[in-house]
Amino acid sequence: MNVTNYIKLEFPSKSVNEGYARSAIAAFAAQLDPTLEELGDIRTAVSEAVTNAIVHAYPDDIGTIWLKARILEGDKLEIVVKDKGRGIADLKQAMEPLFTTGGEDRSGMGFTIMESFTDHLKVRSAPGKGTTVTMVRRIRRRRG
Amino acid sequence: MKIAKQYDDGRLTIYLYGELDHHAARGTMKAISDMMDMELPKETVLDFGGLTFMDSSGIALLLKVSRIAKAQMGRVWVEHPNRQVMRVLAASGIERIVPIAQESGKE
Repeated sequence: MNVTNYIKLEFPSKSVNEGYARSAIAAFAAQLDPTLEELGDIRTAVSEAVTNAIVHAYPDDIGTIWLKARILEGDKLEIVVKDKGRGIADLKQAMEPLFTTGGEDRSGMGFTIMESFTDHLKVRSAPGKGTTVTMVRRIRRRRG
Repeated sequence: MKIAKQYDDGRLTIYLYGELDHHAARGTMKAISDMMDMELPKETVLDFGGLTFMDSSGIALLLKVSRIAKAQMGRVWVEHPNRQVMRVLAASGIERIVPIAQESGKE
């Protein structure tokens, strides 16, 4: 698999960094010349993954979140959001629409939106060790 | 995130400006809840025309606003979402609970 470009960022799990993560991924993705809709989808999916890490991985303290992105052959953007937080005990349940342990501040739609707005979503998690969310979105080449 | 309101003859219109994410949601919800408690509107319109971004935090906010409106025997709906916001609203299925006045499709 040919990787033509990549970024690796890390930041503390402070909610103010949600906007930073969205801006960073949008700036990196811009080289693929995405449409506004594609860019909106990418920003939304990253916002959901980073918010999950802030709310669920480190509920009582501030931990580190890693945001990595790679441009792969075929105009594919791969995004990885990783934490070393609490982990998810029941992944199947966590990915069900409307399921949340985040109280009434959360809708339980995060994974559903990540799934809808990307072409591929993979979540790996181990209780006490952390969670890694990998998403791939293909950017359609525009003609003319 | 900025919020403004207009109240006229039982209708409270709340204008949201900026990016509605988890970071902004709690403060925004408190402001909206205070406005609704003060005006006890028959109708609450959430005007998303100035919203440049929203994620699923906005869906949780809409569910809460809907609960408050129901307790106050009022109605609530959303107006003027841009395309990104509309895609999140559509993916969540929130329209079954909070109607969206269709004038979307703007960038």
